[in-house]
Amino acid sequence: MVSTLTTNERLFALIISALVSICGLALAAVGRQDLLAAQGFIIMVFGLACVFAVAQGFYEPEPSKERLSSYYDDPIKVGIALAMAWAVFAMFIGVWIATLLAYPELTFDQGWASFGRLRPVHTTGVIFGFGGNALIATSFHVVQRTSRARMPDQLSPWFVLAGYNLFCLLAITGYLMGITQSKEYAEAEWYADIWLVIVWVTYFILYIRTIARRKEPHIYVANWYFMAFILVVAILHIVNNLAIPVSLGHAKSYTVWSGVQDAMVQWWYGHNAVAFFLTAGFLGMLYYYLPVRAQRPIFSYRLSILSFWGITFFYMWAGSHHLHYTALPQWVQTLGMTFSVMLLVPSWASAGNALLTLNGAWHRVRDDATLRFIMVAVVFYGLTTFEGSFLAIRPVNSLSHYTDWTVGHVHAGALGWVALIIFGSFYTLVPSLWKREHMYSALLVEVHFWLALVGTLVYVFAMWNSGIVQGLMWRTYTEEGTLAYSFVDSLVAMYPYYIARAFGGLLFLLGAIVGSYNIWMTIRATPLTSRREIDVPQSGAVVVPGE
Amino acid sequence: MFHNLAPSWSQGSEAMPELFHRKLERSAIGFVLAIIAVASVGGIVEIAPLFTIDETVEEAPDMRVYTPLELAGRNIYIREGCYACHSQMVRTLRDEVERYGPYSLAVESKYDHPMLWGSKRTGPDLARVGGKYSDFGMSRILSPREVVPESNMPAYRWLARNSLKIEDLPLHLEAQRAIGVPYSEEMIENATRDAYGQASPGSDSASNVKERYGAETQVRAFDGVATNVTEMDALVAYLQVLGRLTDAAFEDTAAPEEPPEPIE
Repeated sequence: MVSTLTTNERLFALIISALVSICGLALAAVGRQDLLAAQGFIIMVFGLACVFAVAQGFYEPEPSKERLSSYYDDPIKVGIALAMAWAVFAMFIGVWIATLLAYPELTFDQGWASFGRLRPVHTTGVIFGFGGNALIATSFHVVQRTSRARMPDQLSPWFVLAGYNLFCLLAITGYLMGITQSKEYAEAEWYADIWLVIVWVTYFILYIRTIARRKEPHIYVANWYFMAFILVVAILHIVNNLAIPVSLGHAKSYTVWSGVQDAMVQWWYGHNAVAFFLTAGFLGMLYYYLPVRAQRPIFSYRLSILSFWGITFFYMWAGSHHLHYTALPQWVQTLGMTFSVMLLVPSWASAGNALLTLNGAWHRVRDDATLRFIMVAVVFYGLTTFEGSFLAIRPVNSLSHYTDWTVGHVHAGALGWVALIIFGSFYTLVPSLWKREHMYSALLVEVHFWLALVGTLVYVFAMWNSGIVQGLMWRTYTEEGTLAYSFVDSLVAMYPYYIARAFGGLLFLLGAIVGSYNIWMTIRATPLTSRREIDVPQSGAVVVPGE
Repeated sequence: MFHNLAPSWSQGSEAMPELFHRKLERSAIGFVLAIIAVASVGGIVEIAPLFTIDETVEEAPDMRVYTPLELAGRNIYIREGCYACHSQMVRTLRDEVERYGPYSLAVESKYDHPMLWGSKRTGPDLARVGGKYSDFGMSRILSPREVVPESNMPAYRWLARNSLKIEDLPLHLEAQRAIGVPYSEEMIENATRDAYGQASPGSDSASNVKERYGAETQVRAFDGVATNVTEMDALVAYLQVLGRLTDAAFEDTAAPEEPPEPIE
């Protein structure tokens, strides 16, 4: 790792790591009366670990100039490994808290082990740990290949990757200790949020610098999505997390937004975290790994343009559908509903474009579990976006909101779309990145596929059932005109579904473990490919027009 | 493997007049600016007017701020992630109004940084829970299966064991004032004493709390033990004030009703 850095970069890496650990120490000192001390300590240890890692390789020989004629893939490899580690950890927490809903005494009278604190550990772990690392890794890969340019330096990708994981680590350890802003999917406190801004700006600059070095005149569509993902997430993150800390020595802060405005800002953020983190970024992945794996060019260029700008424009209006029938003014609710329904057009344009790309390659879908991962991901994307538009319609929302139906909807997207497209992309990427002939075991890819698919279906069906049952019980009246069920009645009806959901999640987790093992064995025990392929940044390669 | 399959459209449409979009694709900065412009519209149109249109938040002259003890309790509610399973937002639907009480008004969360409207009801809504149960009932519900055997809520026994951190409450109130909550200088200075007083009936500090935060402010040993201030005191004080900061929701509504009497 360190040997690929130039001497200058090693020096900078040392300085940055040292600065990080000093900042950690400073936080621990000013926050010694507070939980902030523990967080500062984690930052310090993380920084020191980086110092040691860099120092160990400091006097290794400089990398040769020849490196500049190849892509820089080391951070991508580490990103993939981190993504899989986060996946297993955070999905385990998911299965655990699903179990807690049915067996609440498993909290063992420990604050850190209770549902309320573990739930953001699960969501942050899967969305930001698993999804985020996968996005960073694949975006580094895609931007280099489609620009046919090496990343401009060796240090900033490492800074982005390590810094991002430090953010995830701070967030999750914080939740366990009870440090949280309580803003869903933005629970991390002010110091972690500021750190993420620094990391994210570096990420953006790195991305743009790589694109600026491109040897293609045009920026490929996957990069549009990755750019939108990086840019809009930055805007959302900064606006939603504006806050005043109690003091520099307190982990706790108070958001500058209050009440109804806070609700709107939060769900503008929340829904567009779905849009630009969990959709745009992964569409970037799709637009690259799908044509590569299917060996077919994207079906339609014009459809790509339509769906890209449609998604970028419409999604930003849709957040208020999380607040139907609340104290949010009705006109905002109506706008949110209207745009959510219109959003179906660009969403299905993307899904249709992807499925039509497979025309002529359906035999590969049948035979190749990796391509099937991608295909099924697209199908779930189409289903989930349809369901999303449907749930955003006010009267439908009156039934579904606050129930498990929402949870089912989110998981249809998160498991069926996001996780499957990641696995499909990783299985495409890993052999080529490590220059292996193929994955260690095609059978295990197949096993993973079926575990993931069945797990998702069990999960989603359980939540559809429980959500609709719950919603209906809450609004059922007796003939005398009184409410027919107490809240506890509706809770009792949930238990079988909660157990089924935990089982579905367990299957999905097992799939992720199988996948991690397969990736590990591909790296450790699969022979290098004998084919000599040209995978270097050069100009004048063959290009396949889109239409 | 990749370079000749990653589709590039640079030779794609020579027969046709070039789309404007083809030009945009050649400029990274142009593309970045276009994304920012296109993505900004929705948020600006939906969020900015919420600060300028007066009807967004109703007038409620009787609306009061949280006492330091209640604020501390609110922070425990946040810390333990109660919002993950309980909403605080009664929607304008008949069954909700009949189950929970009058639908929530924007003014009721005017001083809530952040709002805790929630998104999921694994447990019931809590927007109107204040005054519904006795303190004893409220603290018992935090060992839920002793009260409701079917409940799947975790037991929060540690709240009764932990003493509440009250020394830094002035800093909390000061931060709240910086973002617009109207705490007076006096409230900030006395925050620690007021937190102690509200949970210690009969003490010298107790009467000052009512002076500063209104006669209806509840002063009790919320956890049943008057000798020390625990996290349970704070959380119960907070739960008991939910929906009770103003009577607006009972009066300023389609079906006005008498607000419930404060419990003693």
